[in-house]
Amino acid sequence: MMTRPTLTELESRGDFIRRHIGPTDQQISAMLHALGLNSLEQLAERAIPATIVSQQPLALTETVSERAIVAHLQRMRERNKVLVSMIGMGYHGTLMPEVIKRNVLENPGWYTAYTPYQAEISQGRLEALLNFQQMIIDLTGMEVANASMLDEATAAAEAMAMARRLVPRAAARFLVDHDCHPQTIAVVRTRARYFGIEIVIGDPVGLLTAGDYFGTLVQYPGSSGALRDYADFSVDVHARGMLLIVAADPLSLVLLKPPGEFDADIVVGSTQRFGVPMGYGGPHAAYFATRERFVRAMPGRVIGVSRDRDGRPALRMALQTREQHIRREKATSNICTAQVLLAVIAGFYAVYHGPKGLALIAGRTHRLLQILAAGLRRLRYDVVTGAYFDTLTVRVPTRARHYAARAREAGINLRVVDADRLGIAFDETINRAAVRSLWRVFARDVDGELDFNALDGAVEECIPAALRRTSPILTHPVFELYHSETEMMRYMRRLARRDIALDRAMIPLGSCTMKLNAAVELQALSYREFSDLHPFVPLDQAQGYQQMFEELTSMLCDLTGFAAFSLQPNAGSQGEYAGLLVIRKYQAVGGQATRDVCLIPASAHGTNPASAAMAGLQVVIVACDAEGNVDLADLQVKAAAHASRLCALMITYPSTHGVFEPSIRTVCDIVHAHGGQVYLDGANFNALVGICRPAEIGADVMHVNLHKTFAIPHGGGGPGMGPIGVLAHLAPYLPDHPVVDGVNPAADPDGTIGAIAAAPWGSASILSISWAYIAMMGAFGLRRATLVAILTANYIAHRLAPYYPVLYTGKGGMVAHECIIDLRALKAASGVTVDDVAKRLIDYGFHAPTISFPVADTLMIEPTESENQRELDRFCTAMIAIHAEIVAIARGDADRIDNPLKNAPHTQRMLIDERWVRPYSKVEAFFPMDILHDDKYWPPVARIDNVYGDKHLICSCPPVEAYAD
Amino acid sequence: MSILKFTTEHEWLRINADGSATIGITEYAQEQLGDIVYVELPEINRHVEARNNLVVIESVKAVGEVKLSVGGTIAEINPRLNDEPELVNQAPQTDGWLVRLVLDDPGVIEAMLDETAYRAFVASL
Repeated sequence: MMTRPTLTELESRGDFIRRHIGPTDQQISAMLHALGLNSLEQLAERAIPATIVSQQPLALTETVSERAIVAHLQRMRERNKVLVSMIGMGYHGTLMPEVIKRNVLENPGWYTAYTPYQAEISQGRLEALLNFQQMIIDLTGMEVANASMLDEATAAAEAMAMARRLVPRAAARFLVDHDCHPQTIAVVRTRARYFGIEIVIGDPVGLLTAGDYFGTLVQYPGSSGALRDYADFSVDVHARGMLLIVAADPLSLVLLKPPGEFDADIVVGSTQRFGVPMGYGGPHAAYFATRERFVRAMPGRVIGVSRDRDGRPALRMALQTREQHIRREKATSNICTAQVLLAVIAGFYAVYHGPKGLALIAGRTHRLLQILAAGLRRLRYDVVTGAYFDTLTVRVPTRARHYAARAREAGINLRVVDADRLGIAFDETINRAAVRSLWRVFARDVDGELDFNALDGAVEECIPAALRRTSPILTHPVFELYHSETEMMRYMRRLARRDIALDRAMIPLGSCTMKLNAAVELQALSYREFSDLHPFVPLDQAQGYQQMFEELTSMLCDLTGFAAFSLQPNAGSQGEYAGLLVIRKYQAVGGQATRDVCLIPASAHGTNPASAAMAGLQVVIVACDAEGNVDLADLQVKAAAHASRLCALMITYPSTHGVFEPSIRTVCDIVHAHGGQVYLDGANFNALVGICRPAEIGADVMHVNLHKTFAIPHGGGGPGMGPIGVLAHLAPYLPDHPVVDGVNPAADPDGTIGAIAAAPWGSASILSISWAYIAMMGAFGLRRATLVAILTANYIAHRLAPYYPVLYTGKGGMVAHECIIDLRALKAASGVTVDDVAKRLIDYGFHAPTISFPVADTLMIEPTESENQRELDRFCTAMIAIHAEIVAIARGDADRIDNPLKNAPHTQRMLIDERWVRPYSKVEAFFPMDILHDDKYWPPVARIDNVYGDKHLICSCPPVEAYAD
Repeated sequence: MSILKFTTEHEWLRINADGSATIGITEYAQEQLGDIVYVELPEINRHVEARNNLVVIESVKAVGEVKLSVGGTIAEINPRLNDEPELVNQAPQTDGWLVRLVLDDPGVIEAMLDETAYRAFVASL
């Protein structure tokens, strides 16, 4: 007999949980059955060591439906007030072209993609990033640019570090222009500390001869708006053997002489105002450009042009050997995450507007500000900035706060520089009406007196002739071809369909947690009240955001067991760096500043040692045993040997080997017993959420990758977010901010570690994604997601084990949320490499798992809870079919060189080539699984020649002829 | 006949008639690195301390650092490597030599492996 459902059941409040978790109840039962288990609880008992399981239930008892979360967001949004922002300081109003918003920001084909390590299936976003690099090269007048940095302040700190590497023998002193943005100065100061660099701040021209420095940083135009000619300064800087770093606003460079033309060595800045909303601080793409001969010292990712095996142009990330996954503590920087999605948007903004469109925007912004200044002067106000682009300073002795308050009443935020001075910054959103409103703030009756057209005719260009731009920008055809919306829409679609993102297939990358990024979670990004807030607005205008930060912080504290969180770090790597600085500060306050040894297990991700090196720590490697666990005996020996200098241990849990190490508590105890602190890398937190609180098993600090565990999309290689949680003893040292008060409410009166990112709460706007995810899942959903993630990983391990040995297992032969399969024996027998398998998976329509990390010649697979059994089976079927192909080679049934693996991926060009001379059939090559007839992915290029690309480095758009046949 | 010595880090040293040492990496080392795309060479006349980076060799996927247990002053670098880093792959012990340097203490080479001992060492890996 049918039982009548209750009303509560009909309301299905937890409905989101089954939308997020891919497998159905029946599939979960079937997978459990395949593993010889009856329930998820039994799985938990079998796979997870009892010693780590938290005894305290989560406080997040409620689950919120999709509909209710939208209502919640609506209330938060009403508590944010959007005023016209004239604050400047590196953040400006902008208009994201709707065609870009709809087709990129709101298109999972762009925002769910991963970092383009698998270049053949990433040609679309690689081209978009190459456009970005070309745009930066053109605007700055430099020779090479990278594919984006986390923010302008971080880029400036990285530039300082790079200059130090290039000029190692000069005095360890760095000269910083006092007219840099205050947040840039703060982040540079934080970074300088453990590099042993002394920062001197002041007027760079005056101070240059007053001491010895290895380099200098100037802001052009200055934070105050003032425009200076640095041509002579540059000559003097170089005569002293120093390097010149220029932080420059990219829109200003449309009208101004570019830094490359006055011989700058490194140029950095933010491309936020190229169509990316302020978002109360981020995310935005910063840029970094330099001379060609310095390219190997440049941090961050660089897109380069190479060729595929058929000799056709193909794009890929170049010079990866500089990166932390290879060079570890010797890397140029610890940063993995870039800001790909935002760089893509900024690049498209330039493609959409072209050189003429940008000239209109820059020209209008500049003209309106000149008209404003002329009006203010006529009203007898003291405009102190003589030469400027979009920002100026007005002197109003003792009245600055008064006028700022009046401006707020008129719906405008101004920058209060001090009691006597106001800053006014314009952008592309400013129009005549805004200028008129501002005049009215300064004088009650202006309408009779000030006439736009008359003032427009009367203003004289304030940019000195020597600083006006004469060289052309954006001369590559890509910046001319797509100015109609139809063409633009099709261009973006053409690029998107070249890539494999989550909208096409699972992306089983180990340690990357490519889970669902649900549409409803992203909703806040499209709300003006979230996107159009300047990060430095008075707090009463951002109460919705503040509420969200508080709620998210308490959720994260509940899930991790920590006492406090900092939301400032913009990436896991930045979290690691911040966390280590917090530990060092705590030890220094306790009189133990000499603790400078960081223990790191051999299996760690390369970012860990790179971050430790940046924090001034000496890395000591701890061995792993045959099972892949930390070798306790070796840890004991090393902790004891360095006891007086032991600062911290950095450890990933569950380990990078995808196993719950049962000894984790002992590991933490050993470190604590020798005076060290434990830093837990949260890359694998998806295996713990709702089950284990890291603070309870011995961690003192931890970063959480919100872009992995908590549903922020990867954006094709950024944005990311890496907030850090700490125990109470470390909370006083969490980051604060030089402009916004109260960012760390527990701040030590004697100081924190300072700022580690430009914005007070990092990439604030995307925090709403994680907040929504956690709220909708609740304790029940989060715990279930974790168990299903462990189930899917074990299911894949179980299905593939007969074909590929699973390298490491923990308790009861189980893996955690990911598994490593070993291809070493197959390679020895057949000559097939993991790269070949990765490229062959493309023919089957899949993005490869993680390759050769943490062990060479292995694949690490993390399916996440979001993939249902059908997709898991499809992937296993492909892997098993590939195994048969490898076995045929090993047996001698297939050629060792000319086979489907070595020739993968197979392109459409190969298909239509009439001279098909392969020893295998076209069906085997192109349609190895029947299901591919329904939806075949065609790679736009064949296997890419990495060696050629790294030997012949090209990081700008190739001439169009290069693409012709 | 010149003296040829090896290290367990897969470098070779040839002692020239003037007492200076020419340094390179071995066949085994180049094979481990794979396709070499860039060789970062030191400045001539620079003094490099023992155990400091003498040369950094980049392949597409790995980085090899050449360091010696003895310091020395750079007398000559292989100029062809700027444009033809692949020479280190093709002829690591001849055309693909890296640098020639004047050792601070030429005596240390006595403790290094001779060719037979190095071959035995590689075979044991």
